[in-house]
Amino acid sequence: MARAASPRRKFLTTLAAWAVALVIFFPVLWMILTSFKTEASAVAMPPEFLSADWTFENYETVWSRSDYPRFFWNSVVISVGSTLLGLAIAIPAAWAMAFVPGKRTKDLLMWMLSTKMMPAVAVMIPLYLVFQRTGLFDTKLGLVLALMLMNLPIIIWMLYTYFKEIPGEILEAARMDGASLWNEIVYVLTPMALPGIASTMLLNIILAWNEAFWTIVLTTTKAAPLSAFIASFSAPQGLFYAKLSAASAMAILPILILGWFSQKQLVRGLTFGAVK
Amino acid sequence: MGKIQLTQVRKSFGEVDVIPGIDLSIEDGEFVVFVGPSGCGKSTLLRLIAGLEDTSSGTIAIDGKDATHLPPAKRGLAMVFQSYALYPHMSVRKNIAFPLKMAGMSEAEQAARVERAAKVLNLTSYLDRRPGQLSGGQRQRVAIGRAIVREPSAFLFDEPLSNLDAALRVGMRQEITELHQSLKTTMIYVTHDQVEAMTMADKIVVLNAGRVEQVGSPLELYHRPQNLFVAGFIGSPKMNFIEGAEAAKHGAATIGVRPEHLDIVAGGPWQGTVGLTEHLGSDTYLKVTLDSGEGVTVRAPGEVAVRHGDRVALAPQAAKIHRFGADGKALA
Repeated sequence: MARAASPRRKFLTTLAAWAVALVIFFPVLWMILTSFKTEASAVAMPPEFLSADWTFENYETVWSRSDYPRFFWNSVVISVGSTLLGLAIAIPAAWAMAFVPGKRTKDLLMWMLSTKMMPAVAVMIPLYLVFQRTGLFDTKLGLVLALMLMNLPIIIWMLYTYFKEIPGEILEAARMDGASLWNEIVYVLTPMALPGIASTMLLNIILAWNEAFWTIVLTTTKAAPLSAFIASFSAPQGLFYAKLSAASAMAILPILILGWFSQKQLVRGLTFGAVK
Repeated sequence: MGKIQLTQVRKSFGEVDVIPGIDLSIEDGEFVVFVGPSGCGKSTLLRLIAGLEDTSSGTIAIDGKDATHLPPAKRGLAMVFQSYALYPHMSVRKNIAFPLKMAGMSEAEQAARVERAAKVLNLTSYLDRRPGQLSGGQRQRVAIGRAIVREPSAFLFDEPLSNLDAALRVGMRQEITELHQSLKTTMIYVTHDQVEAMTMADKIVVLNAGRVEQVGSPLELYHRPQNLFVAGFIGSPKMNFIEGAEAAKHGAATIGVRPEHLDIVAGGPWQGTVGLTEHLGSDTYLKVTLDSGEGVTVRAPGEVAVRHGDRVALAPQAAKIHRFGADGKALA
């Protein structure tokens, strides 16, 4: 059904869209602006914009005071590692749920989702103790495992939705053609679900990258990723907004770039199957 | 080799018995068609033979060996699906080669077999295309190609032509029949279309509500249906059934006369009024409402000069009257 939009209507819709986008993006924008101000300018009331003193000093200080590359590398390992491990577990799980569902499959899916409704802080003490006693505390492996477990329900749910879109007859054809379960997943299911798998992967890398609760609770120095790097600038000496903003900007920049370049894939993935 | 023997094969989904217990023997090299109305269990039966569904009880033997619990890949059967079920991300070449790759065959042998199959099926110039770039008929050929390269002991077809248009369907029907004649491999073909069944089969298995109603050659089923269901299902237009006094005259609860065995004769015993007339050119189908209130179809010559509202007298050919008892079974 086509509805002819008048130029006036078009203009107003565009304006509204830009306004909403600005509201959503404003905190990030303000943080980036603040990162280029002096500390005095950053805390000035009323907020300074045009009259502010602009400087690169915060970035220089943040860079020289901490080991950014190490935090960055930890973030990469943890977010990519937990996502890949999660996919390795979720692909067979989602296969089973989508193609050989049992009586309780729906309940199982709901139960998995319900674990995401639990406040993370509720399991903080037990998980902390488990990590300490098993030597996983402040290790990249530990964080990979923790974040993988946190995001696994989402990965399985997303993949389940994509797999449901694949006609079962094609997998049956593969079975008739002599494919083992492994070959069926590797040669038929995975390539067919690739767009869905890619967007699941991207979304989970972003989620893991931005995760701040467990990455701060379960690390001290060795395995600390960029979330801990930011936290380290809200330090005991008091709040240094400009430096904190510079650290935050440095922490989110890589994932912002990744998100920017993959947004087409992400949108396609998230709306996959919405329209048939 | 491709002899398939079903012994008391039963399938239930939960409480529902889809197939209450079937015994059936399919000989090597036969073209067997499972036909029946939708929901009669014919596709389920095929899937049981394929191994895509587990039997609830009973045994399936292929070439004398018990295959009841073998996975589909180990049964040596190939299947062509209604939706073609081609791998959309692979070229035609890779689609056809897929079963060979799974069997661990060398690349050279794979290529040779794919070329051979493509030649038989006129697919040579399409080998590097994706399924999405092919027409329905070509896709169906690829699906058949994928089935024949493995040289299976039997082919299973699950309503393979129902997604094609009428003209293409006739062409593919002939191609499959010719393929059977050249390969001489057992074929089991599922359809709800009795014309397909009649034209292709060596042996037709008529199914209804999960039960075998009759097994026989197309002409056997046409001339000697064992019950009302088969009599009504086989033949087009369908057989006319007449009950009551007229049937009692022949010592039956119901008599059946095919439209082609009713003649328009002056002074014929059954009189009625012509309703609808359908002109097919070669034939004209007349829907006649008899004075007794029953409606019958008559297959008359194409140029018959009868119109809507005309009175006609009909005479059934005495030798072609089928008699059925109160239980629906044919009387000797």
